[in-house]
Amino acid sequence: MMAFIAANLAPVMFASLVVFLLFGYPVAFGLAACGIFYALVGIEVGALPPSLFQALPLRIYGVMGNDTLLAIPFFTFMGLILERSGMAEDLLETIGQLFGPIRGGLAYAVIFVGAMLAATTGVVAASVISMGLISLPIMLRNGYDRRVASGVIAASGTLAQIIPPSLVLIVLADQLGKSVGDMYKGAFIPGFTLTGLYALYILGITLFKPQWAPALPVESRTRRQADGTTGLRSLLALLVISVAAAVAFAKWYPESPFDEMLVSSLFFGVGVAFFIALFDKMLKINLLSEVARKVTFVMIPPLALIFLVLGTIFLGIATPTEGGAMGASGALIMAMARKRLSWSLLRQAMDTTAKLSCFVVFILLGSTTFNLVFQGVDGSKWVEHLLLGLPGGQLGFLIVVNILVFLLAFFLDFFELAFIVVPLVGPVAEKLGIDLIWFGVLLGVNMQTSFMHPPFGFALFYLRSVAAMEAYKDRLTGKLMQPVTTGQIYWGAVPYVVIQVFMVGLIIAFPGLVSGGLEKQKEVDLEKFRIEIPRGATDAPAEKNLNELFKIEPPKGDSGSSAPAPSLPAPAPAAADAAPNPMQSVLDAVKKDADVKK
Amino acid sequence: MNTLLGLSRSIDRLNQFVGRWVAWLVLAAVVVSSVNAVVRKAFNMSSNSLLEIQWYFFSAVFLLCAGYTLLRNEHVKIDVVLHLWPKRKQIWIDIIGIVFFLFPFVLSVIYLSWPLFVTAFQTGEMSQNAGGLIRWPVYALVPVGFTLLFIQGISELIKRFAYLQGRIDDPTIKKQTKSAEQELAEEILRHKGELAAAAVIAQGGAK
Repeated sequence: MMAFIAANLAPVMFASLVVFLLFGYPVAFGLAACGIFYALVGIEVGALPPSLFQALPLRIYGVMGNDTLLAIPFFTFMGLILERSGMAEDLLETIGQLFGPIRGGLAYAVIFVGAMLAATTGVVAASVISMGLISLPIMLRNGYDRRVASGVIAASGTLAQIIPPSLVLIVLADQLGKSVGDMYKGAFIPGFTLTGLYALYILGITLFKPQWAPALPVESRTRRQADGTTGLRSLLALLVISVAAAVAFAKWYPESPFDEMLVSSLFFGVGVAFFIALFDKMLKINLLSEVARKVTFVMIPPLALIFLVLGTIFLGIATPTEGGAMGASGALIMAMARKRLSWSLLRQAMDTTAKLSCFVVFILLGSTTFNLVFQGVDGSKWVEHLLLGLPGGQLGFLIVVNILVFLLAFFLDFFELAFIVVPLVGPVAEKLGIDLIWFGVLLGVNMQTSFMHPPFGFALFYLRSVAAMEAYKDRLTGKLMQPVTTGQIYWGAVPYVVIQVFMVGLIIAFPGLVSGGLEKQKEVDLEKFRIEIPRGATDAPAEKNLNELFKIEPPKGDSGSSAPAPSLPAPAPAAADAAPNPMQSVLDAVKKDADVKK
Repeated sequence: MNTLLGLSRSIDRLNQFVGRWVAWLVLAAVVVSSVNAVVRKAFNMSSNSLLEIQWYFFSAVFLLCAGYTLLRNEHVKIDVVLHLWPKRKQIWIDIIGIVFFLFPFVLSVIYLSWPLFVTAFQTGEMSQNAGGLIRWPVYALVPVGFTLLFIQGISELIKRFAYLQGRIDDPTIKKQTKSAEQELAEEILRHKGELAAAAVIAQGGAK
């Protein structure tokens, strides 16, 4: 028996992990306990050196000094403040009015606003709750099919997971040893393709089952011009003007990387629209219709935040972590300006952020402990052997991993998936020559389903918590409305899970969807080089500091590929390696020591 | 048992207190990071101490709040199997988890990290970055945070046994007043109510 365990420590350890996790005690401690238990077993049977334990605190310091993880509290805090600023409500109301009178319009509005909120911050719960409370009653009042209505809300809420800035992508980038900035760029096109697919599905419904998503009667529109026109013409004119301004700006803008030009010209176009609307209002010219003005003003806060966060990251002005901090400050200022910031809100946002950061990092600490031992017993070689043996090479590997993640997503949420599964499959993917950004985005889209899987999906859970459980009297029509059943919410989500799987296939078939968002001149070798450094990941801050030390300006470690001078990023990772911080060097020494003793 | 319950209450109060105040460091980190980013860009000035203090704050948040998070039952678990079992069995699972999962991990980390803190304290180790911060405070966070987690584990253990004896209410029910999600939902509803009322007034008014 003992001999069997000693010879098969890795598979036995992995099997025990499943038992430890299913046991039902918090994941973080189950992982850690599994690691510690097998470390003792391994030392006992002589498979591991006793010095292995010495590496544990060093790994913990590595997590503490990880600059990337700092983005988690920042984006969480931003989301918590923002969701209470009333921005989502204004958007839903205005865009709903705008799109409502076309068939399926309310559903399009939900998708549009969902994507917009997703690009501002990344909190699924907030989007789903806002849409469930504001859009769902309107959709039901106007005779939308309940499954269509609840499905589109749950799915649009989960867009927050794949459209940057999202926590999933931050965690994936960290676990795969890639820069968050590149992960964001890679996820950009797939995120919006997915949004398009959702809209396409609604279009299909309006064509084949028009009674499921009817248009709102024109009378239901509360905002109208004094002269009775809809005011859409002036909105269209404003749109044309700002697009023209953006295109002109892009033409005039000096030669620069595509994403930088895109961000700058979009910002310019929006700015033009904003100033027209502002002048119109201040000088009382009334050139614009009320609708046009309202839409412009309601779009400005989210767009400004998107620029503050994503714009600065893509332009290379800020690291993703700083982008998160600036977004959080922006959200605070906005909530203050709207008089929605209260003492209790601030307290609660900090409290929730602290607890979330704590449980997330503890899962990471647990999985770090587990992995420390699992690597020690050659677990990675075992996993590699299993996965490399699959027929079909890269494709076979991708399909198996995606099916695995898809199935695990029924039970695990994405933090657990990212911290447990990704460290196991990531190195194999790299060995197979798979681009890790592509792989990360693929997993991100896949993990998004974990929010939509009945019955544990979070998005469904939050929608359930705000959708009517009992029959209620509609406030406007006075009609008795039937409740939304849990079955309807579950079935509503199913088509979107299918779309999600389709999207995964699409990304596998067309890697260009991801790499199209990245720069062509990629420093692949450098990236690979960086991964060889053990998972301590303390290299990120060190790298940044060195940049500052040498006054190397724009190429922040995280946005290296968007930097205008391609030669500059080169010294940074190398230098970080040459002059590592003390924890890292101790960690390396211990690792080597452990290897030698084996 | 009453003495133990008293101890448990004191531990809960301590971690509650720590959690409440340490959470402010989230805001502090946000402010420091955004100010640092703006200043670096605008005045081309930067300081390694400002960069380092951010992760000092973050480490303090997740380490010192570990006990508080356990108190609030916020460490995520996979409850696929768990919720199929009767309540008392779930409590026993918690007890086994605390003793065999939580304690070994927490105690080994405390044991292993303490000497590193002592060394750093005695040698006065500094960050290798120019203008960096002194290191021992972060080294200290690990044993301190894990000790807070450890004593919270003891408190949870006491509460589980007290519940099995029928002395207290179910300790696994989240004691939090309202989650962020509930508050959001309530605020939207309140706002909608105001809007509807305003609409009624507007319709009945001069217009």
